[in-house]
Amino acid sequence: MLRRRVIPCLDVADGRVVKGTRFVDLVDEGDPAELAARYAAEGADELVFLDITAAPERRATLLDVVERTARNVFIPLTVGGGVRSVDEMRAVLRAGADKVGLNTAAVADPDLVARCAARFGRQAVVVSIDARARPDGGGWEVVVRGGRDGTGIDAVAWAVSAVELGAGELLVTSIDRDGTRSGFDTDLLRAISDRVQVPVIASGGAGGPADFVAAIVDGGADAVLAASIFHRRIHAIGEVKAAMAAAGLPVRASREAAA
Amino acid sequence: MTDRARVAVVDYGAGNLVSIRRALETVGADVEIVAGSEGIATANALVVPGVGAAAPAMARLEGQGLVEPIRAWIEAGRPFLGICLGLQLLYDGSDEDGAATLGVLAGRTVALEDPPTLPHIGWNQVERRRDHPILAGVPDGADLYFVHSYAVAPADPETVIAETTHGGPFPSVVAHRATVGVQFHPERSGVDGLRVLANFVDLVVSDGLPAGRGAEQPATASRAS
Repeated sequence: MLRRRVIPCLDVADGRVVKGTRFVDLVDEGDPAELAARYAAEGADELVFLDITAAPERRATLLDVVERTARNVFIPLTVGGGVRSVDEMRAVLRAGADKVGLNTAAVADPDLVARCAARFGRQAVVVSIDARARPDGGGWEVVVRGGRDGTGIDAVAWAVSAVELGAGELLVTSIDRDGTRSGFDTDLLRAISDRVQVPVIASGGAGGPADFVAAIVDGGADAVLAASIFHRRIHAIGEVKAAMAAAGLPVRASREAAA
Repeated sequence: MTDRARVAVVDYGAGNLVSIRRALETVGADVEIVAGSEGIATANALVVPGVGAAAPAMARLEGQGLVEPIRAWIEAGRPFLGICLGLQLLYDGSDEDGAATLGVLAGRTVALEDPPTLPHIGWNQVERRRDHPILAGVPDGADLYFVHSYAVAPADPETVIAETTHGGPFPSVVAHRATVGVQFHPERSGVDGLRVLANFVDLVVSDGLPAGRGAEQPATASRAS
């Protein structure tokens, strides 16, 4: 049976892992390749690097990090942040990523999703959707540029379009919950997972192991992503997986430690 | 016999080759990335990785002059490992886009049956149907990493070494003579994936694949654990 995945996310700026509530008060937390190896050894099912380097001319630093990670970590790696063209996606894949996350660029140019899927296959295209609840309770709005700008676009409608265009997975982040550790927005997840057949990765709000279970059971997510609770060692990956298994969810038993 | 396997990995423009190169090097192979037929002459084994659709892949292989060399390699019984799309290309054709593929094994590439999610992405169990040294040391039911929407339907059920279930069951490991194919990504499947690659490399070094060059004995696990 297909396992439900636990995916640590590393925010990377200028080739270093940083932490802090997203994009502010960044603190250097070390080398991404080293942290990636640690997570793989602890049982991570995949890894996501989110590149938050502001300056495009520093992309070479990211590619170096991806390559060093891919050389030593034998689990799948998704890289998101700042990819705006088929050529940029090719560079990230050739450096050793398996999938690329498209976010702001895909909202601005939806056909980018189709071009990337046609060139590399839809399995390599993760469309990353940042969403926030509308104040009037009328669903969720897509936000871009790291959650700073509203677009007026309905998040569920965009999710459906993105899949039609060629997304192989959706990474759905609740900006309302991101960094709060108050649990995932399971209503948002359920609204999207009910409408698409591709796997949905839940993001934004992980506080404890029970939240991972809720994202899957209540939200219909296939995988769950978290950053700070793993970085800060508030919860271990194994602890989260044990809770998922106890709830009857299929998880991969890590054999890495025995290697 | 040879001390180290020289493995040619075919580069036909499909994404990430860093992982497969490093994974093969980690298990003791010398790896050369090859984009044309001249590169494979000195190799002991050929690996065709890849993800995506069949028609563009076949067009690129054709454009690089690799279709006939790959067919000849397999028909000569030389060690071959196809990964994901590299497995699917071995059969007659693909229902994904109607492409005619290499046709060295009888059967087709067909859509997954009643999949709960599509693509099938993630770790899933590889359940043994027949003994084969490619799975030596890999526990029955081990989790390996899949990324695909189509799977092979071999005409010869005896070639199916292991199956995996996503909706319906599909072959996740096949073997025929010195040709081995895996639907999962061993280069992205942690220790068990590396074990599959180590088994392949060991079989190349020991001439342990049936109808491999000089092989006269039935296949045996070269490193049972």
